[in-house]
Amino acid sequence: MPDRSGVRSASALDVAIAHQTHSVAGRLLSQQAFWIFLAAVIACVSLSLATETFATSQNLFNVTRNFAFVGIVALGMTVVIISGGIDLSVGSVLCLSAMVMAISMNAGVSFVLSAALAIGVSLLVGAVNGALIAYLRIPAFVVTLGMLSIARSAAMVLSDNKMVFQFGPDEDILFWVGGGSTFGIANPVIALVLFGLVTGGLLNWTRWGTHIFAVGANEKAAILTGISVRRTKVSVYMFSALMAGLAGILEAGWLGGVTTNLGQSMELTVIAATVIGGANLLGGAGTVFGSIVGAALIEVIRNCLILLGISTFWQGGFVGGFIILAVAFDRLRAYRDSEI
Amino acid sequence: MTALRMKAISKHFGAIHALDDVSLSLEPGEVLGLMGDNGAGKSTLVKIIAGNFRPSHGTIFINDRETVFHGPLDAREHGIEIVYQDLALCDNLTAAVNVFLGRELTRSFGPFRIMDYPAMNRRAAELFAELKSETRPKDKVKSMSGGQRQAVAIARTRLSDASIVLMDEPTAAISVRQVAEVLNLINELKRQGIAVILISHRMPDVFAVTDRIVVLRRGTKVADKRTEATSPEEITGLITGAIEHA
Repeated sequence: MPDRSGVRSASALDVAIAHQTHSVAGRLLSQQAFWIFLAAVIACVSLSLATETFATSQNLFNVTRNFAFVGIVALGMTVVIISGGIDLSVGSVLCLSAMVMAISMNAGVSFVLSAALAIGVSLLVGAVNGALIAYLRIPAFVVTLGMLSIARSAAMVLSDNKMVFQFGPDEDILFWVGGGSTFGIANPVIALVLFGLVTGGLLNWTRWGTHIFAVGANEKAAILTGISVRRTKVSVYMFSALMAGLAGILEAGWLGGVTTNLGQSMELTVIAATVIGGANLLGGAGTVFGSIVGAALIEVIRNCLILLGISTFWQGGFVGGFIILAVAFDRLRAYRDSEI
Repeated sequence: MTALRMKAISKHFGAIHALDDVSLSLEPGEVLGLMGDNGAGKSTLVKIIAGNFRPSHGTIFINDRETVFHGPLDAREHGIEIVYQDLALCDNLTAAVNVFLGRELTRSFGPFRIMDYPAMNRRAAELFAELKSETRPKDKVKSMSGGQRQAVAIARTRLSDASIVLMDEPTAAISVRQVAEVLNLINELKRQGIAVILISHRMPDVFAVTDRIVVLRRGTKVADKRTEATSPEEITGLITGAIEHA
């Protein structure tokens, strides 16, 4: 009978169990987010050297604010993608939230109450998405594709497809929250950092976050170990809608007016940012840092083309190239790992 | 004391008799091999023990007390743990988190409850040491061998102080060296007084670790023999029906 327990001393076993497999540096190098971060840094440094306009405080202010909205929505998308789902409705939810906010404030309701209303509507949309996906088992792609239509249509019905640009007595608060800055940093950027820290904390340090990773990697295992998979799924879509709703409020304040084409096809940019940042569309992998860097990289590319005087029609080409490159890079690494 | 006793268990699905009058018992620290061809009733029996099915007739005793399971959680509360064939592991999580999946340890952090990774890593390391498996709590399961993955799945059953562990084909899809590791794990459970039911098609593995072998054929028990009193040839004959009864 094979029994090595006598051969191997107990202390040798303890040493083997306590052994650390990966060094900190090794773990860093294996993260797609790290390489994307490097790419973004290189792009920024070379732009600073190549142009005199990039490294100005005004340009940096604009660049960071521009990707803050996509970044915030990408936080929610990251959580959904880690759970193995997808949320195509985020652009429309952003629009609906901004429109509810605008109409409510336009009618004289206070900022706080209007924001609560907008967030409430967003959470409701997320809950409907989640319930249909988790309990009726309709594929997330289909449910959120439908919701993409429904939420935008709702925004059109509510506003009669008119632009809202008067926000009642609390107008100044809204404009400051979305368009103002604190210590020279645009408020949406501060919101992005804050929400990013919260999302990162939830994903890595709570049971909820662990369950999301588990559901995304092996749903059957999650069920067998007693995780309430359905409730986890519903909460994930509610979180995504919450982020989209918050971004909608901020964007309404920045633009100073809300139209029904706000956030149109934003879901594609958001998914691009998340995937570039290392999230796996099959579920189970993704990081907050990666998604924010992914969003930043897309904006830096756009800014780069403008500053270098290249037609912005090229932006799609570069962003698309990065999406494929990032995933190809990941596949290559997975292939190499499987060879070992 | 018997860890598990099943008396005259039958299970009918409509007109189909999946199990017919099957009785068996299991002592603490005993390893029972459950064998039979596909459709012999093995998985029905396992599902009854795991609490997934209620038997149509018959009674189950856990530690000599008559017990009725109302569901898988109920069986778990009675000290029955199952190591599933596909192990139910999440590749993207560490070994320690997988062990604790669904019952993670938390500690308070201000007003919040956060994951207590140090405590989980420590406890998982203890369990792996108990199982004499070189499995590192902080490593992701993705990079682990079949034997280490089994250790993670078995460590899970040790969290709740299970008295009966059911293992469904633990050696079906792994290399020869890893099979040896898994058999060591089973011996370790036995040494700790845990009753193990091993469901397997692999004759050498069953003969290497079991004390007793039960053979099912078409829903009835056709043999219940001490392992040293039988042979792989006899068991094969019993499974296929070449030998009617033993």
